[in-house]
Amino acid sequence: MRTPLARAIGLGSAKEGVGAWWAERVSAVALVPLTLWLAASIVAHTGSDYATFIVWLRTPLTAILMILLLIALFHHTALGLQVVIEDYVHSGAKFAAVIAVRLGCCAFAIAGVVATLRIAFSG
Amino acid sequence: MIPSPTTTRSRPLSPNVQIYRPQLTSVLSILNRITGIFLSACAVVLVVWLVAAACGPQAYAPVQAAIASWIGRIVLFGATFAFFLHLCGGIRHLVWDTVHGFELRSIYISGWSVVGASVVLTVAAWVAGALMGG
Repeated sequence: MRTPLARAIGLGSAKEGVGAWWAERVSAVALVPLTLWLAASIVAHTGSDYATFIVWLRTPLTAILMILLLIALFHHTALGLQVVIEDYVHSGAKFAAVIAVRLGCCAFAIAGVVATLRIAFSG
Repeated sequence: MIPSPTTTRSRPLSPNVQIYRPQLTSVLSILNRITGIFLSACAVVLVVWLVAAACGPQAYAPVQAAIASWIGRIVLFGATFAFFLHLCGGIRHLVWDTVHGFELRSIYISGWSVVGASVVLTVAAWVAGALMGG
C-alpha cells in the first residue's frame, strides 16, 4: 500500500521535456540562416515570372536549401504549436489537437519537399 | 440567497490580463507566440506556393495573382514584420538560453532592439522588393 505522494516522490519530471526543448533551439538556430536566405530570395524575385522562378528553384543549391528549410521549419512549427496547445487546451481535445498538428506538419513538410524535388528534377 | 460552502464559483485567475498594465517584456512575449502561430499559417502558404509551382504555370498563375493582389500584399507585409519580430525575438531567447542578459536594463535594451530591428528590416525588405520591380 503506497500513497499517491510516495509513488510520485523521487521520480522527478517525465524526463522527456529536454528533448523537445533542445530540438526547438536546434531547429531555431538552423532557421536563422535558412529563413533569411528565403526572405532575400523572395525579395530578389519580386516581379519575376514563372519561368525565372522555376529556373531558380531548379538549381541544386536552391533545392537543397529549400528542403532543409522545409524540414527545419515544420519541425519547429510542430514543437511550437504543441507548446501553445498544451498551455491553453486542457480537455481531451488536447491530445487530438497535438496529434493533428504533428500529422499536419509532417504532411505539409513532405508535400513541400516532393514539390521542390519535382521542380528540381523536371526536364 | 446565501451560497452554500460547497458551491464552486469561478474565481479570477492570475495574472488577470484585463487589469494588468502592459509592459514591453510581456507584450513581446505574447507577440512572439502570436507571430509564431501566424507564421505557421505562412509556412502552409509556402507549401501551397511550391506545390502550385510544381503543378505548372496554369496552377501557379492564380496563386501568384492572389499574392500580388492588394489583400495579398497587406498579408505579405504583415508576414514580413511577423517574421522579423519572431526571428529577432527568437535570437533574444537563444541569448537568454546561454544565461546572459537577464538584468532588467539588458532586458529592456534587447527588447527595444528587437522592435527597432524588426521595423528596420521590414522596411528594408519592402524597399528592396520595390527596387526589384514589385
